[in-house]
Amino acid sequence: MTARERVAAISFAVSTIASIVLAVVYWRGGQTQAEGVCLFVVTGGIGFGIVNWAKHATPHDEVTEARHSLASSEAWFEEESGKLTGEGTVGRRRVLVGLAASALAAMGAALLFPIRSLGPRPGKDLKHTPYGDGAVRVVTENGEPVRATDLAVDGIVTVWPEGHTGAPDSPTLLIRTRSSQQFKPRDGREDWTVDGLVAYSKLCTHVGCPVGLYQAASGLLLCPCHQSTFDVLDGARPVFGPAARSLPQLPLGVDGSGYVIARGDFSDPVGPGFWDRDR
Amino acid sequence: MTTNFTPPAPATKRVARWIDRRLGAADFVRTALNKVFPDHWSFMLGELALYSFVVLVATGVYLTFFFHPSATEIVYHGSYGPLQGVHMTEAYRSAIDLSFDVRAGLLMRQIHHWAALLFLATMVIHLGRLFFTGAFRRPREINWMIGVTLLILAIFNGFAGYSLLDDQLSGTGLRIAYSIALSIPVVGTWIASLLFGGEFPGPDILTRLFIIHVLLLPALIAVLLSAHLFIVVRHKHTQFAGPGREEDDVVGERLWPTYAAKALGLFFLTAAVLCLLGGVAQINPIWVYGPFNPAEVSSASQPDWYMGWLDGALRIMPGWEVRAFGYEIPNPFFPAVLLAGITFGLLYAWPFLEARVTGDRAEHHLCDRPRQRPVRTALGVATLSFYVICFFGGASDVLSSTFGLSVNAVLWTFRVALIVVPPISAATSYRLCRDLAARDGLTLESRVSFREIPARLLGRS
Repeated sequence: MTARERVAAISFAVSTIASIVLAVVYWRGGQTQAEGVCLFVVTGGIGFGIVNWAKHATPHDEVTEARHSLASSEAWFEEESGKLTGEGTVGRRRVLVGLAASALAAMGAALLFPIRSLGPRPGKDLKHTPYGDGAVRVVTENGEPVRATDLAVDGIVTVWPEGHTGAPDSPTLLIRTRSSQQFKPRDGREDWTVDGLVAYSKLCTHVGCPVGLYQAASGLLLCPCHQSTFDVLDGARPVFGPAARSLPQLPLGVDGSGYVIARGDFSDPVGPGFWDRDR
Repeated sequence: MTTNFTPPAPATKRVARWIDRRLGAADFVRTALNKVFPDHWSFMLGELALYSFVVLVATGVYLTFFFHPSATEIVYHGSYGPLQGVHMTEAYRSAIDLSFDVRAGLLMRQIHHWAALLFLATMVIHLGRLFFTGAFRRPREINWMIGVTLLILAIFNGFAGYSLLDDQLSGTGLRIAYSIALSIPVVGTWIASLLFGGEFPGPDILTRLFIIHVLLLPALIAVLLSAHLFIVVRHKHTQFAGPGREEDDVVGERLWPTYAAKALGLFFLTAAVLCLLGGVAQINPIWVYGPFNPAEVSSASQPDWYMGWLDGALRIMPGWEVRAFGYEIPNPFFPAVLLAGITFGLLYAWPFLEARVTGDRAEHHLCDRPRQRPVRTALGVATLSFYVICFFGGASDVLSSTFGLSVNAVLWTFRVALIVVPPISAATSYRLCRDLAARDGLTLESRVSFREIPARLLGRS
């Protein structure tokens, strides 16, 4: 036995022992790290052994093999392909070939119909949220309604339309801005805020991540996914990052009991853009 | 009674003969085992990808025995304390149970994830090797395109895999995927709706992703991988030029026994590294992320590495979109769909583009050295630098918090770098190639003067 072969033999032996240890570890309740190390020794021992064996105990003759051109000879190819395509006979049946091809194409199109069953017709759902069903109180994730005075200055809370807590398309950020901050309402939205409270869709207009980080001092909302930044004081206009549109705003009001309500749906479809969003 | 006694043949020989009498396979097997493979360290990169795939299939099958791809809402009452009483989907719970309550379950899950990362990494490096050595030229264009297809399928399958678990991170990834589908002009809303079964999160996406991840894509990968290997054998492997190594021969070791043994050994060593990583290097700790809640996201949300360039491109893209005639092409379309389309379109087309530009349509079986093709090398390096910058752009938030820089400054750096760095790296690598080639030329001349070595032995120029 050469030295190399001895190394290989020891590797195989160590691997075998590790297999036994692995069995014991597993039997005694298992432990991820120990199992991983055991399996490492098991497979590594076999691999190391084989490579050692191959490198030093098997023949190492360098062999030269000729390469032959892959292409068939031109004459043979012409003759055989002529036979297969039946040159001279296809011409007469051109109409038949055309009809067969169109039948296959039609079958391909027909097979698309089952694919249509995979999902509903898109569009309507993308443009409406449960807020559109009529004036509704906004509630926190625990389902509790919010009073205009509940939120401290600089406070921010995620709310939903009552009865739709957790609805994926209607998480809304309710933010109380500082009285010192100059809030610039959009035209026609002068009465959409209540007592410094303003509400925007929480879904980023870039790819729909929840816009969760609020820098109260500057009035900026930051999306943690791709760092789009929105100016809360200026209609949630995008001021940095890849988002191209403002966060849709929610028209707020107060009901008779002093709870914050939404008076209608968002100003725009929420979340990421799509082809016929403005239609 | 005859006394003719023939000693019984060894068992292996008897089995071989039994098979040969039924399949006539001896001739084929002998040819296959005599196959010659040239030896070079860079030729084993594809092998590593193959072995990672084997590990992926083995561990993946194990995981399917425990994972339930169900979006049914349940409340957790399992053995992991911090999640007691938390609402989650059954998919997430089964992944948690698999990690904490199934012996060796976490090990298998982590090996599977590491194997996926290695699978993609070795594929990309393998692709780089083929590109920079010109191993895509005739007659290998078909195999190049199969390889690019394998890469695309592997990326999709990796994404489908980690999206199944329905944790906070994977849910965020799925939401981004949904928005990217939605951004495709004209048909985007249809594609998104048909894929997810409705508006995000969609009732059916987990079950659909599951069958895509465990059956559809792996089967396609297995078929194309077989074709890929078959074509390699058919073509005979490329080799670097050297004494006696010409276009019309292939010099190396026979498959049997040395090369086969080395390959088998390499498989076990690959598995060993993956087992060690799976055992001691934690990956994708979904119990830390928590179950997916569409109203929440954590910062430092990064995808697996092979999606990093896409995430970075999404971040680096300025906030532009196209709006006209009441229709719009949303912002994510450009970095995610268009860039990806151009990337893989160019990869598919490269062998034909290069042949068209150089007019070189001859068969090539000798690998180029990168310095021999300065233009190709420069273009390759520039392209790589583009994607590397995109990749690091995907970590812009982590970089800004780690180094205490403003997010805006970091992002602007990436925007500028994306335009400036590729031309610079192209120019640098072009010069480097020319200088290295010139140095080779000097060596060639000085050696030829006292030893008559044919130029071809020192590499074609």
